[in-house]
Amino acid sequence: MTHRIASRLVQSALVLLVMSFVVYALMGLMPGDPVDLMVAADPNLSAADAARLKALYGLDRPWTERYLAWLGQAVRGELGWSRLYAKPVAAALAPALVNTLILMGTAMAVALMVAIPLGIAASRRPGSAFDHVVNLLAFASVSLPTFWLGLMLMVVFAVTLGWLPAGGMEEVGAIEGMWGGLGDRLRHMVLPVTTLAVAGMGQYVRHARAAMLGEARQDYVRTALAKGCSPGRVVWRHQLRNAAAPVVTIIALDLGSLFSGALIAETVFAWPGMGRLIYEAVMGNDFNLALTGLLLATAMTLMGSMLADLAYGWLDPRTVKQ
Amino acid sequence: MPPPYRLVVLVLALCAALAQPVRAKDDLTIGITQYPATFHPNIESMLAKTYILDMATRPFTAFDAEWKLVCMLCERLPTIENGLAVAEKTPEGKPGVALSFTIKAGAKWGDGKPVTTEDVMFTWQVGKHPLSGVADAELYRRILRVEIKDERNFVLHLDRLTFDYNAINDFRIVPAHIEAPRFFDAPGEYRNRTAYDQDSANPGLYNGPYRIASAVQGSHVVLVPNAHWNGAKPAFARIVVKTVENTAALEANLLSGGVDMIAGELGLPLEQAIAFEKREGQKKGNGRFTVLYKPGLVYEHLDVNLASPVLADQRVRQALMWGMDREAISKQLFAGRQPVAHSAVNPLDGVHAADVPRYSFDAAKAAALLDQAGWRMNGGGRRNAQGEALVLEIATTAGNRSRELVSQVLQGQWRRLGIDVRLKSEPPRVFFGDTVTRRRFPHLALFAWYSAPESVPRSTLHSTMIPREDNNFSGQNYTGYGNPRMDELLDAIEVELDRKKRTALWRELQLLYARDLPALPLFFKADAHILPKALKGVVPTGHQDPTTLWVETWRWE
Repeated sequence: MTHRIASRLVQSALVLLVMSFVVYALMGLMPGDPVDLMVAADPNLSAADAARLKALYGLDRPWTERYLAWLGQAVRGELGWSRLYAKPVAAALAPALVNTLILMGTAMAVALMVAIPLGIAASRRPGSAFDHVVNLLAFASVSLPTFWLGLMLMVVFAVTLGWLPAGGMEEVGAIEGMWGGLGDRLRHMVLPVTTLAVAGMGQYVRHARAAMLGEARQDYVRTALAKGCSPGRVVWRHQLRNAAAPVVTIIALDLGSLFSGALIAETVFAWPGMGRLIYEAVMGNDFNLALTGLLLATAMTLMGSMLADLAYGWLDPRTVKQ
Repeated sequence: MPPPYRLVVLVLALCAALAQPVRAKDDLTIGITQYPATFHPNIESMLAKTYILDMATRPFTAFDAEWKLVCMLCERLPTIENGLAVAEKTPEGKPGVALSFTIKAGAKWGDGKPVTTEDVMFTWQVGKHPLSGVADAELYRRILRVEIKDERNFVLHLDRLTFDYNAINDFRIVPAHIEAPRFFDAPGEYRNRTAYDQDSANPGLYNGPYRIASAVQGSHVVLVPNAHWNGAKPAFARIVVKTVENTAALEANLLSGGVDMIAGELGLPLEQAIAFEKREGQKKGNGRFTVLYKPGLVYEHLDVNLASPVLADQRVRQALMWGMDREAISKQLFAGRQPVAHSAVNPLDGVHAADVPRYSFDAAKAAALLDQAGWRMNGGGRRNAQGEALVLEIATTAGNRSRELVSQVLQGQWRRLGIDVRLKSEPPRVFFGDTVTRRRFPHLALFAWYSAPESVPRSTLHSTMIPREDNNFSGQNYTGYGNPRMDELLDAIEVELDRKKRTALWRELQLLYARDLPALPLFFKADAHILPKALKGVVPTGHQDPTTLWVETWRWE
């Protein structure tokens, strides 16, 4: 097991190295830079100003040279400064990361809490009206564009009914005290969490249903039922454990999104999370911030994949032996 | 009820029970679409920063809502007439000017320390330092010397005497008592160490009616009254500036009470504001909001690549002008709120020439000019003697709905003349970072220039400002226009102090522009300020100094 983990860690480090190079190259090869955009928008900025600013921000050097300098610093644990936010990269990332973890973590938890029982319930009555309804909802969830769903929820619950706030993380200073603050936060979370949970639910429902249906046809299920085991016990104690592997894979791969955020939902609901931060950093040529954000998301996806592998071992010890 | 549903119901019940926010009547929440990268007045050039900072800091001079230059942090505007501006020679023997300023009596930073000439000297040192990160350093470079008379009086010695000699709008003062140690320790690191970003809530950084009390990155900025402000008492106990990038979500925030108003400078696109106004007008009592439209200095136009053999012919350019029905576009797409531009100078500008030739829609005239230029109708389209079709490409910024619509309508209008028009939309990053700045658009590029009142268009029209490989693509004369008379006019306008003579020169410049058509004028973009009816005192300016520079006059009625 130790050897397996060590091997995966080495592989992950290599992937991160390649990713850093690819991301840096793509950003470096994009036409224009922030100073070009500044000059194009403001005729008062002279050519001398543009040259001075490019030199100051290192934009006049080849991207390969800048990449090597960045890599050298990163190896020493120095993430550098964010040009866009005028603060150390860690300080710029930390609040956005926390906001994203709160939003995405809650959305994922809600999606799983609703989707897994629905998928299991649908798999127990395949072809029934209930199964058809669940399938339809799952397809709707996968097909609905996030921005549209978010805007519709906003129009209904914030504009028309006035029950919930349209966006942001809090009502600035309007509510005092811990409980008031918590309630305010929860109210602000309802719409974005619902949007993301609905958007993510579909795939979990479909995977859970398919895996459970696959297991239902296995001999051990038939044997257990023949031996007098109750259907509920068979489902929850035997079938679910075997059906969990594909669902765990999907969840593990989604772990990266807990750290990379959801650009569209964050933009629609003015939620200052990682999605918006990374997008702005990429578009603004803030190499330090964009690279750290993207590599963090990659690292977490790799970590999730590794955890999925370990979970397989726990769910089905035969995979370890193989 | 299964456990998951019980939890959802519980959360909703908790939400409803725990918090029903009530906004205080002396609060104002403004919605904008951008969050500033920095709060330092001189580092980076960004509208969101200017919008917020103008509530908290004051420049020495600015343009007011009537586009007149006024003193804000000084007692009197120095002029040659009042003797506070004196022509002098620079050490190289060139004509320069000395400007005497007195800092406004009672001007204080938010920590109670007075604004002094020490701050002026420090700001100049930061501004001219090549490593400080100041974006627009032109003014600081032009100041040869700062002469300190006492705590409130100082003289700026400038290296040239131009007509706008007393406009020092870009001189944005910063407090030496807070910033000097951070700067002098390591000037190259100053942009990362400035208190404006490391300690933005420090009251000592602000000298305006409000000061920044807190800022949450990417989300909002809270401003509270500056206790040491010496001017008119600000009306709000708190102003919150909220960032909502998506304009549909911003509108929903306005309707749901999440924000009280949407800033015109950084708010809804014009077509969305027009639709919003229409819907509001249909409501009982005509709704809660007023929409103020202010056409300003954002000049939408088509830059012409004069290197293109087709467009090098002036007759073709003029034909394109006659063949555009801009009045109809303004009426149909912008409900007449976006006025047609007849030159690059806005009619609100004092130097606008009213008699500049107007290209009203005239398809017959356009067709005749194309015929004269050798492009004749042949098989449904125009072709030259060699049988080549007249094909033009309009490039513009992707995602800018109004520009994409305008280019589509122009395509239709010019097609009726027999011109095959192709459209190309590019992300702003590619469009401004490469296509326009390196003159890679084959024919026409649709975008806007943002300028100041009586801003001399040297960078866009002077022949020395054409971006080329050998000058590392510096300059903004993207059309490649070169006319010796235009160069002379640009040089002459800058140094002509006599207003009457200067206006005559401006008139000639506009006539020449209308004849040569290095760019095809379209519209002056209008900002839509969406305000609650109870909010009074907001006066849109239409230029680069936003409404917030007079925020102390805003109040609820």
